Amino acid sequence: MMCRVSHPVIHVSALTKRFGETLAVDAVDFDVPAGATAALLGGNGAGKTTTLSMLLGLLLPTAGQISIFGEDMLRHRYRVLPRMNFSSPYVDLPHRLTVRQNLVVYGRLYGIAHLGERIATLAEDLQIAQFLDTPTGKLSAGQRTRVALAKGLLNAPALLLLDEPTASLDPDTGDWVRTYLERYRRSSGATILLASHNMAEVERLCSDVMMMRRGRIVDRGSPRELIERYGRETLEEVFLHIARSGEIGARVAAQ
Amino acid sequence: MSGGFAAGRVAAMLLRYLYVLRSSWPRALELLYWSVVQMVLWGFTSQFLMTNSSYVARAAGVLLAAVILWDVLFRSQLGVSISFLEELWSRNLGHLFVTPLRPYEWVISLLAMSLIRVTISVVPAALLAIPLYHYSIFTLGLPLLAFFTLLLVMGWALGLMVDALLLRHGLGAESLGWAIAFFLSPLSAVYYPVAVLPHWLQYVAYMLPSAHVFEGMRAVMFDRVFRLDHFIAAMVLDLFYILLGAVVFLYAFRGARRRGALLQMGE
Repeated sequence: MMCRVSHPVIHVSALTKRFGETLAVDAVDFDVPAGATAALLGGNGAGKTTTLSMLLGLLLPTAGQISIFGEDMLRHRYRVLPRMNFSSPYVDLPHRLTVRQNLVVYGRLYGIAHLGERIATLAEDLQIAQFLDTPTGKLSAGQRTRVALAKGLLNAPALLLLDEPTASLDPDTGDWVRTYLERYRRSSGATILLASHNMAEVERLCSDVMMMRRGRIVDRGSPRELIERYGRETLEEVFLHIARSGEIGARVAAQ
Repeated sequence: MSGGFAAGRVAAMLLRYLYVLRSSWPRALELLYWSVVQMVLWGFTSQFLMTNSSYVARAAGVLLAAVILWDVLFRSQLGVSISFLEELWSRNLGHLFVTPLRPYEWVISLLAMSLIRVTISVVPAALLAIPLYHYSIFTLGLPLLAFFTLLLVMGWALGLMVDALLLRHGLGAESLGWAIAFFLSPLSAVYYPVAVLPHWLQYVAYMLPSAHVFEGMRAVMFDRVFRLDHFIAAMVLDLFYILLGAVVFLYAFRGARRRGALLQMGE
């Protein structure tokens, strides 16, 4: 279950991000193996989104190294970007464009062959066919999330990064998205790394959880391992314990 | 896929901006509207001054040519800045730059879109001046192509510098996108010779390609002479400013990646 393998899809070493006096990510190390669904779990300001942004190349680290598919992400990100994608409810697609137009633009940016067919397949899979010609800005939150996911899957990524993929969705839609992600990972063998503070989601989807607090990974393991290690009933209780504990960092460091 | 420049990605971005333009007829109309209104206003002014000003009487259409060419510069700069602003307004940068799109490919698409917007905006106004005022800017001949290109490139350079400021300061600097060309218009000597400016200011004016272009335009219209000195000066200055604009833009882009602004920037 643990993730230290010889050829991880993601290898992060001493990754650090400082914004002025604020240390947002503090010398983080982790690997994510091929085919895993891993999570960065933590409260607001724990450093999850900052870490994801650095993995995507949207944010330059202050120090440290990122290797994805064996490539140095800081030097050769364009070798890697065609094989990965990203979806977040917090980063919009242009509202004025219809869903189809957005998918066509992004499909062309990824240089996808037979784009029409790809869009049709995704539209059917993600149940967005009925509003392909609706302006993206007129969709509901649930519809928009599915469209964002379609954008994220256009290039059939071998690595999918998700930032709180089911935030602001009703339970039914959230469950639908999680089921879809599980199916996608199983069928494609893709690796998924998500940032979340939704415990149920992480418990259900992820084989490997990295608990973040104040920019550091303070513990990691499978949801079951974490629950047992802390003697709790649920991952949420583990999360609350870690979030509220000032000593946990010291304990982990001591270990 | 992981190689260098890809025309397909530039075309994708161009398509994205054309979709925006097509999605709103008031936006498309707005492109025509201001150019035509300016042309009509200066057309009547010219007609009045033809009989009251020896300056205008020396070359019919000098003011109309000036207003049409000024619009090339203004629309060119605005074209680059508006397309850029579209990405900020829609908070789309975070999606764009996790694709294989290179910043310089994006810049090329912004410049290409600017050319399209200039064409949509300026050509109908220039054509409308023919029946309305019996003046065709196309009678300038080949020099017109030189003036058009020089002003277009200056507009691109200005647009890139504005975009760099937007990357640095966010939408707080949005008004610069609309105002910067107007700030330079007195120094560009659009409607009067550079000699009208105070002596020290003439040196400043001649640091702008636009001042050379409008001097050159008046030389063609008044003296039937194509001033190679102004042409070369404008070309060298354009080259300098467009390189400066590109460098400043790419530097600002890297700064935005350092600050994490690509994900956060927007309304």
